[in-house]
Amino acid sequence: MENIKVLMFGWELPPENSGGLGVACLGLSKKLNQKGVDVTFVVPRKTEAMKNNFFNLLSADINYKEIEVESCLSPYLSPQKYKSILREEKDIYGKTLFEEVSRYRKCARKIALFENFDVIHAHDWLSFGAGVEAKKITGKPLIAHVHATEFDRGGGTGVDERVYRREKEGLEMADKIIAVSNYTKNIIVEKYGIPETKVEVAYNGVDLKEKPAGKKILEAFQEAGYKIVLFVGRLTIQKGPDYFLQAARKVLDHSDDVIFVVAGSGDMEEQIIRQASELGISDKVLFPGFIRGKDLHSLYKSADLFIMPSVSEPFGLTPLESLINGTPVLVSKQSGVSEVLTHALKVDFWDVEEMANKILSTLNHDCLKTCLSENGKKEVGGITWDFAADKCISVYKSLMK
Amino acid sequence: MPSVCFYFQVHQPFRVKKYRYFDIGKDHDYFNEKGDNDLNNERIMKKVARKSYLPTNQVLLDLLKEEPEFKISFSFSGVALEQMEKYAPEVIDSFQKLVDTGRVEILAETYYHSLAFLYSKEEFRKQVELHEKKIDEIFDYQPKIFRGTELSYSNDLAEEVEDMGYEGILTEGVDRILGWRSPNFLYSPKGSDIALFLKNYKLSDDIAFRFSSKGWKEHPLTAPKFARWVSAINGNGEVVNLFMDYETFGEHQWESTGIFNFLRSLPSEILKHPDNNFLTLREAVERYDRVAELDIPYFISWADSERDLSAWIGNPMQRDMLNKLYDLEEDVLRTGDEKLIDKWRKLQTSDHFYYICTKTLSDGTVHNYFSPYESPYEAFISYANALNDFRLEIKNKAKKAEA
Repeated sequence: MENIKVLMFGWELPPENSGGLGVACLGLSKKLNQKGVDVTFVVPRKTEAMKNNFFNLLSADINYKEIEVESCLSPYLSPQKYKSILREEKDIYGKTLFEEVSRYRKCARKIALFENFDVIHAHDWLSFGAGVEAKKITGKPLIAHVHATEFDRGGGTGVDERVYRREKEGLEMADKIIAVSNYTKNIIVEKYGIPETKVEVAYNGVDLKEKPAGKKILEAFQEAGYKIVLFVGRLTIQKGPDYFLQAARKVLDHSDDVIFVVAGSGDMEEQIIRQASELGISDKVLFPGFIRGKDLHSLYKSADLFIMPSVSEPFGLTPLESLINGTPVLVSKQSGVSEVLTHALKVDFWDVEEMANKILSTLNHDCLKTCLSENGKKEVGGITWDFAADKCISVYKSLMK
Repeated sequence: MPSVCFYFQVHQPFRVKKYRYFDIGKDHDYFNEKGDNDLNNERIMKKVARKSYLPTNQVLLDLLKEEPEFKISFSFSGVALEQMEKYAPEVIDSFQKLVDTGRVEILAETYYHSLAFLYSKEEFRKQVELHEKKIDEIFDYQPKIFRGTELSYSNDLAEEVEDMGYEGILTEGVDRILGWRSPNFLYSPKGSDIALFLKNYKLSDDIAFRFSSKGWKEHPLTAPKFARWVSAINGNGEVVNLFMDYETFGEHQWESTGIFNFLRSLPSEILKHPDNNFLTLREAVERYDRVAELDIPYFISWADSERDLSAWIGNPMQRDMLNKLYDLEEDVLRTGDEKLIDKWRKLQTSDHFYYICTKTLSDGTVHNYFSPYESPYEAFISYANALNDFRLEIKNKAKKAEA
């Protein structure tokens, strides 16, 4: 049988990204390739970093082509960019982003005419437009893959109409939808009015390997007998850093020797720093800013407990990174990853009292910490891209009949 | 031959409510959940009484009246009886009616359904004594056969139990120990002269676990079919030990599965074969010889596929809690405070540790079904915090006594 040919529209690929979207697209594409699917991956623009990274990956047996769209788009999610847009335009998306999305969409028509493929697979709203155009011009089936919705990004504070409209169009035009969790599937059904039967769930996988830590971090605190509780993520409403601090306050009411680390940057940064001092815990909260690479691994390793208090998280990669580094996790129930992790502590993001209860209980019982981290690490080893790739292939086949 | 020995385990633990870190030092009641959830002991007892104990007792009472040859054995944990007295006294009455027929045997065990034997022989003996007392009070009955918690068993336990004056003991018919031997005979434990009964897990689990399982090739299981399997043992077995949780009837297997009708017609179907009969375990000890000695140096039980103690002491959380709990023994007893001692013992019930078991978590199997907690980690957190509070209480008590 001939290989299935997929024209895939994405927005970013590692390391040129600041969210989990690029990582997920790369992991999925690699696995699809291994399973004999020809993936042509389209991104809106090429940068030097991306090019190097990309061709490095190519040499590792990946034979999918990267097609560069002639436009100069910039991903909106990089922390610095995010901040500057916010300051200058008071509009987290900015007019330019929509222009870029439209241009990507137009270019997709050309690509669709020249490329040879069986199905179209588009990731998130930034690429939905491109996918929809490709479908219109070729009549080939479209799969919309949802990694996050506008409702997640808004964290319950409302949605940007322009984004919602584009998401809805993509979801309605799609022949089939793939969601990264049941949590996300429910949002698609409830908030976008899509029939349940049109949505399949394919949990993300991870390609994580424990990496050597960088220079030691927070050693002085550890030596002084402090326990360390860690938050890693963008400082936005969606990620729930404010709930993290509220829980910290409650923990510190009962235990003095705990340090809380908030690693990340974002539009809530100033607010979060202010909140820490208003709660009277500035001396117990550290703000190291945006941390990546080796330092991030060191940070995971030095922590006693990692917390992902997201208000709305379609999947959530950071807890898996933490577990790979041997640090147990507490995740909000409003997340996709809580559906796949059994060896994790779980709370409702708003229940800061329960969050504090679980933090204190973990810090006070080494045996709990040990069981969570050892079992959790093993469990992460089983969360591979095979499941998602197989699900995609079965969706492709069902649409090609 | 063969003689069918029906034995039912009746047990309900005092489940620990959701107990937070902040409750330590403030709230000393661990078992008083009142909400609409599965940690509410009163609610569970009333539910199980309605769905299982009362209707099954009625079926058995009718059977005992209709079939003069029908006999059964029960074990009641003290903590289950206590909860019946408190929340569903009519269940006690209905069990009394069964016992009054004279054809119902009651087994001995630890009052608190505990693993005390592993940690303290004195504590173990005390709990068996307390259980005897309770059974005598409620049923005016003196047990002669002993059953270890969840059929836990080893040579040492048999020796101890013999020393305490019992005539027999029960355990699981574990394949790796039996090898080519059959569970359908009486054995003797290595090092003692009492009788050893082995559960026929195949036939027992056909009722307890597989009865309503649609994917099972024998589904639906009918009384004539099951009676045929029992009769097939004629000639190569003397006892058929059908041991199971009493809650199998109506709670694990709902009434709608037809389990009550099955039970109702099973004795007469079994007795249709002239060589079959029913015996209590005590009668079986009198009737049959032991065919061989079994050497079981390490603990076994009827739990999970491992059939060992790993369901209760398999992970570091479980071992840590058990060690810390039994470390308190001396201090707790020294207080002489009956309420504190009773609370300490209620914390010993094996179910608390079963809920903390993580080994089958990812497969989502039997532990999840039997646990009232969202996860073993939730179970651990509540238990560990409650135990911390208890330790503080003991400490403060000791301080006051000194002062």
